Amino acid sequence: MPTENANTRKLTLYVAGETPKSLAAISNLERICREHLPGKYQIEVIDLKKNPQLAREHKIVAIPTLVRELPIPIRKIIGDLSDEQKVLINLKVE
Amino acid sequence: MADDGLPVRSIAKSLTGISGFDELTLGGLPTGRPTLVCGSAGCGKTLFAATFLVHGARELDEPGVFVSFEERPGDIVDNVASLGFDLDTLIESGKVVIEHIEVDPSEVAEIGDFDLEGLFLRLELAIDSIGAKRVVLDTIESLFSAFTNQAVLRAEIRRLFDWLKDRGLTTVITGERGDGALTRQGLEEYVSDCVLLLDHRVQNQISTRRLRIVKYRGSSHGTNEYPFLIDQGGFSVLPVSSLGLNHRVFEERVSTGVPDLDAMMGGGGFHRGSSILISGVAGSGKSSLAASFVDAACKAGQKAVYFSFEESQEQTVRNMRSLGIDLGTHITDGKLKYVAARPTFYSLEMHLALMLREVLSFRPDIFVLDPLSAFTETGDRSEVHAMLLRIVDFLKSEGITGVLTHLTQSGQTVIETDSGLSSLMDAWILLLNRESNGEFNRELYLLKARGLSHSNQVREFVMSDDGIHLLLPYTGQGSALTGAARRVAEAEERRQERRREIEAEKAQKMIEQRRRRTLAQIEILRSELDADEAELRGLLETEAERRSQIEMEEAEMRRSRGST
Repeated sequence: MPTENANTRKLTLYVAGETPKSLAAISNLERICREHLPGKYQIEVIDLKKNPQLAREHKIVAIPTLVRELPIPIRKIIGDLSDEQKVLINLKVE
Repeated sequence: MADDGLPVRSIAKSLTGISGFDELTLGGLPTGRPTLVCGSAGCGKTLFAATFLVHGARELDEPGVFVSFEERPGDIVDNVASLGFDLDTLIESGKVVIEHIEVDPSEVAEIGDFDLEGLFLRLELAIDSIGAKRVVLDTIESLFSAFTNQAVLRAEIRRLFDWLKDRGLTTVITGERGDGALTRQGLEEYVSDCVLLLDHRVQNQISTRRLRIVKYRGSSHGTNEYPFLIDQGGFSVLPVSSLGLNHRVFEERVSTGVPDLDAMMGGGGFHRGSSILISGVAGSGKSSLAASFVDAACKAGQKAVYFSFEESQEQTVRNMRSLGIDLGTHITDGKLKYVAARPTFYSLEMHLALMLREVLSFRPDIFVLDPLSAFTETGDRSEVHAMLLRIVDFLKSEGITGVLTHLTQSGQTVIETDSGLSSLMDAWILLLNRESNGEFNRELYLLKARGLSHSNQVREFVMSDDGIHLLLPYTGQGSALTGAARRVAEAEERRQERRREIEAEKAQKMIEQRRRRTLAQIEILRSELDADEAELRGLLETEAERRSQIEMEEAEMRRSRGST
């Protein structure tokens, strides 16, 4: 398991049930991280269908939403993450 | 069943608690359907929505969810507190939930396809947590600035409205007014049931809020613009429409408070429900006469409402005290309601609406508007005329006697008064201020009084500390005079009269003397006559005696001659 250091990207992906968009987002994110951020990421997938109150707490409107909590500032990406280049830019991967 | 025919019953409606609006729509907003309330910034959309929500939660046991896309919950609570709504308590008791949906476009990037399922989930959670029946979305258009993929957004908003409708939630959606369209993002395309337009117009530097029902499917509704008001009494729409000419008439008389004036109309004053215009130049006593009406009504146990656009309550009370009219007591007794406002404070419509609201809540017998001319400066003639028509019609339909004062410009001729007032009015009291011989004299003339026989005389109008009196003018020598001229003429008349009296006395005395003299002469002549008669009688007697003496002597002589 990757250790938590300054380079670790803490990523939370909010989905709602097993919709095609959600499943696409999960697989896209895992693939991008595996290829570009080996060992420097931590992914948590939250299904809001199961925990709707988290949508309120974490201020989620659109689905799927990827939240990069670390490094700060918090960055949100919405969509199915189908554009790899854009995802990398927004995750600030060199 | 199929043989039910056309649906006669109108659709179910939910009361909004907005006074006037519920009457206007015959029951409020369509139940279980979305209603779009659109308007430009600051025209009261949020307050409309909040009133709808709070009324449901507080009075009708219909909990509500307020979804705010702009303001923070704390701000909303503070804002509606100004309308007298205690949202905090409703939130604590589980009647209202405020769901704040904030989207900051600066921290969001869009990559690929997405939907707004998060919003749906949050909404569902909030609705289910209190069993909400009412939902407010304020202002969902904010989402358009947060997301770049408008196609997705539009599809999702359409889905949201359908979803709310499927769940039978009565929803109010607010939308910002756009250029050439009702809303900036064309939300009206998605809401087909009920669309309201709020407007905030500034004319002559006076703003008026107006509401119009653009669309209300399945219900009849007025298409006019109605002024509405946001104040401490909440949000109220004031339907103002002309009521036509089918009001009741009254035989009952209303005293003017001036016995001399009542007497001019054969006693008793004007008919109840009349509209009475008092016109005159500045300082001719219009307000005083109006106050006198009020005083008489209050003393008779009736109620009066006095709208002043010139003087404050204290000022009027003080001024009228100098006439022996105590309005202050009537106010403390709750018989008189004094409302003072500057004409420029609201627009005409709003003034009218406020006046009607006041009348409906206070239910007076006498309505005073002082002065009407304050409005002619703020609005144009046709508007003022329309407003007056509505006031007069309204007062008539309620059987309220209306007293309206009108300030005529000194140059204006008597008959030419603004806005063709005359035809609207049942009675017209004209107060004149005529200058003659170095003094102004107040005069009163009853120009018209429908249905009453009335004097055609110009009376002198005198205000003293025991009230208003009307003096009969000097009407000798082919002209009517008032004031000092009247007094001079009257004095002159008196002098002449005296002179004539003296002359007559003198003549009488002379004749008497002459008569006495004649009588004396007659007396003398008569005594002379008597003396003559007596003398004649004496003569005749002597003659007769002499004759009988002679006869006796002759007989004596014959006897003596014969016997011897």
